[in-house]
Amino acid sequence: MSLDEFFVTGDPLILGSQIAIGLTMVGLVALITYLKRWKWLWREWFTTVDHKKIGIMYILAGVLMFFRGGVDGLLMKAQTSRPELGFLDAQHYDEIFTTHGVIMILFMAMPLLIGIMNVVVPLQIGARDVAFPKLNALSFWLFFVGAMLFNISFVIGGSPDAGWTSYFPLAGKEFTPGVGNNYYAIALQIAGIGTLATGINFVVTIIKMRAPGMSWMKMPIFTWTSFVTSILIVAAFPIFTVALAFMSLDRLFGTHFFTVAAGGDPMLWLNLFWLWGHPEVYIVVLPAFGMFSEVIATFSRKNLFGYKSMVYAVAGIAFLSMLVWVHHFYTMGNSAAVNSIFSLTTIMIAIPTGVKIFNWLFTMRKGRIEFSNAMLWSLAFIPCFTIGGVTGVMLAMAAADYQYHNTMFLVAHFHYVLIPGVVFAVFAGLYYWWPKMFGFKLNEKIGKWHFWLFVIGFNMTFMPMFFVGLDGMSRRMYTYSESTGWAPWLGFSAVGSVVMAAGFAALCYNIYWSFRYASRDVGSDPWNGRTLEWATASPAPHYNFAVVPEVDRIDDFWYKKKEGKTGIKKSDLKPVHMPSNSWTPIFLGVAFGIVGFFLVFEWFTLAVISSILIVIGLVANSFDYDDGYHIPVDELEEEEREWRGELK
Amino acid sequence: MKALKRGMLLLTMLAIPLFLAGCDRLIVFDPKGPIARSLTDLIVYSIIFMLVIVVVIFVLFGYIVWKYRARKDDGDFEPKEEKGNHTLEIIWFAIPIVIVIALMIPTTKTIYEVEDVPQGYEEEEPLVIHVTSADWKWIFSYPDQDIETVNYVNIPADHPVQFKMTSAGTMQSFWVPELAGQKYTMANMQTKLYMVADNPGSYYGRNTNFNGRGYAHMDFEVQALERDDFNEWVQEVKDTANQLTEDEYAELLKPTIIGRKTYNQTHLQWIDHAHGGSEKYLNPELYEIHHGGEEPAADEQTENTEQEQVETEENASESSSHEGHSHH
Repeated sequence: MSLDEFFVTGDPLILGSQIAIGLTMVGLVALITYLKRWKWLWREWFTTVDHKKIGIMYILAGVLMFFRGGVDGLLMKAQTSRPELGFLDAQHYDEIFTTHGVIMILFMAMPLLIGIMNVVVPLQIGARDVAFPKLNALSFWLFFVGAMLFNISFVIGGSPDAGWTSYFPLAGKEFTPGVGNNYYAIALQIAGIGTLATGINFVVTIIKMRAPGMSWMKMPIFTWTSFVTSILIVAAFPIFTVALAFMSLDRLFGTHFFTVAAGGDPMLWLNLFWLWGHPEVYIVVLPAFGMFSEVIATFSRKNLFGYKSMVYAVAGIAFLSMLVWVHHFYTMGNSAAVNSIFSLTTIMIAIPTGVKIFNWLFTMRKGRIEFSNAMLWSLAFIPCFTIGGVTGVMLAMAAADYQYHNTMFLVAHFHYVLIPGVVFAVFAGLYYWWPKMFGFKLNEKIGKWHFWLFVIGFNMTFMPMFFVGLDGMSRRMYTYSESTGWAPWLGFSAVGSVVMAAGFAALCYNIYWSFRYASRDVGSDPWNGRTLEWATASPAPHYNFAVVPEVDRIDDFWYKKKEGKTGIKKSDLKPVHMPSNSWTPIFLGVAFGIVGFFLVFEWFTLAVISSILIVIGLVANSFDYDDGYHIPVDELEEEEREWRGELK
Repeated sequence: MKALKRGMLLLTMLAIPLFLAGCDRLIVFDPKGPIARSLTDLIVYSIIFMLVIVVVIFVLFGYIVWKYRARKDDGDFEPKEEKGNHTLEIIWFAIPIVIVIALMIPTTKTIYEVEDVPQGYEEEEPLVIHVTSADWKWIFSYPDQDIETVNYVNIPADHPVQFKMTSAGTMQSFWVPELAGQKYTMANMQTKLYMVADNPGSYYGRNTNFNGRGYAHMDFEVQALERDDFNEWVQEVKDTANQLTEDEYAELLKPTIIGRKTYNQTHLQWIDHAHGGSEKYLNPELYEIHHGGEEPAADEQTENTEQEQVETEENASESSSHEGHSHH
């Protein structure tokens, strides 16, 4: 392979990116060296097993990927803003919508949600870390390496170009012979292993590590949704693992699982993909529901209305989510009976979802609603998500879907579900839990700019898509002719995307501004919260709780505050056992990345040789007898005294 | 800040009439045959339900958020805790169930309905047309008439047509929104789709399932003709069109964007892609990509327009506008 095949050449946009990436990397390395921060980075972040730091790294990576996926989106909007534009050619456009989809779902939504889960869940259940801290670090590094491997594809070798769903036979070697779709198979596999491990980790953490007295029905609702999501991850991700393994075998070793030739069955890919892919939608949406529930209750100053029915609704949605995958291909020529049954199971999801919407509304009723930024996002979610929901019911009706399938109507629908359902939730969660992570609030005034620009831009961008879809525009078209009459809709939509991007820029500015200037004096409980994460200092100390809290009702902390029982006694302090940092997770992550890269290019000798690195990492890990360390009472006392005052 | 909010509000208000003005001419709401009409009826029925739901939730939402907003003069009051309310929760559990039932009955009916010859046409023998999708073109074979067309299909109006659909390679979705909704075309498989056009006319059809670089250009025209005109057209093709040869067919299956073509004979006599055998036409080398380079399909396109189709009275006028939407 010659060098100009290895690097993607000939496109000024990509050349610009290559130069920018090169310069940024050199700049970063120079900056860290200049500031003498390498040791600090290694000790405090790269080798950390602290769930809060891992969560923050997930969030940072998620925001970065949001930027990347957002730029993809803007390029697409620019290309379709006018008929027959030549800004992007067909191939470039195909690669961009593919990476946009993969990055937004798997490398933006997932890490942002898992990041917030990481920070919040152990704190909410009164634990000192997750059940398997080192595995948690490995999860992060596998995700991160997978994401980076996927991202370099557009400058090295060429990006995947078969859509985020990567449908066969198109995604097979018969129709896409380049390395692009190898990136899809390998990078997602590496990141997927990380996610699966996260699922296992959180299932065990929530089952085994809840504070004394916190029985199932006394758990905070966000912990509940995280628990159900983790179970869904454990149930659904192995299916994707298998599907990707088949895909890799087909592409790298010439097997025929999904090919046109030699008896392959491309429809098998569609089934496997959506058997994972549909639950995946709920994997990202359920924790988001949990965040909204926490925020709405806090800023209405009331407990969550119908807590138990919320829990049942979440469990019901999760269960149904495994039974609806066929609705992604009603048009595959299934029998009328099959389509009818899957229409029914799909529409049934509206029942528990409706219960949730009404419970949120009634949580606010007779409350005292404060329009903080976290609350604004939760409020905007309700009407926007309702539109996404009702159009989802329309799509669920199999016969009607014959007119919506694969059109812009569908594209508008899932953006109306995923952006309010996930992105708004992440924003709400960030504003809400930011002080717990960093010890200062994000600025409320800049936050309002962020909110209004983003929400209005979002509606401007995606509302017109419903209409062009109903007017016959299918998704993923890189161009269209003037005579279609779609130009005004799409032009308006393109303007909206710029407004939305301005909203995102306001968020970035807000983070920068608040980091530099925001008051550090926010106290441990700035929002008058109800759950345990507010019972410890902000930012949370690395041991989380000096004394493990005891719980005897839901929203225990809320009532303890009223009873004035939130203090701790000096005599209760005991040395805290904490896990030690470890170099093996990041080492294994990088090793997987190297092997993955060679596999993408089908350089098998190098792949086999470099897989020795994985073996070294695993062996080193197995012989690691470090049992952690203890924080002495003196140190605990000193840290607690700093924010609680003198201990009794 | 206030000015921005007001400006945005104004912009949104301006957008609404724009949306509504566009609505009545949307292709999905403008069916031209019984099958598409039953789909549209179902869609309109569901939209009425959805609008009611949206209005109820929006009103409730607006009312609650406005009424219970924190005020400076509310003395920082502490709302009462409430656990929930069984009666209310049962109500909003029951109402969606009723809605689900109300939606499922017509949905199921329509699902069964569109899989069959439409009502009123049961007596007539449907015209069978085989559809073979390839990269990036549509091939239509008329086994009984023994003719084949590319990127356009002529059908008799007011008469049932059954499409038997397959693909020579990647998966596509055959969609004619004004007449019949859509279904996938898949290699080694056969799907079926019924269609009736009420009146003669030209209808827009396209592929909705992404299948590579030429995807955006994969549209076609369905032209419904009066019975006699249709027969006349078939006869004319048989008299004037070139014979489809195996070599020409193999050439046709290469990944290209081409214009319309018309042939005597069909490819079904040597291959039906629904029953396998497509692999002998596949050549991955033709799918290699060259970033930033010229689109490989572009030069093919100009080359082919010269030898494009047999010009007949009916479709000569259409060929100039086949890129577009017929109804606009």
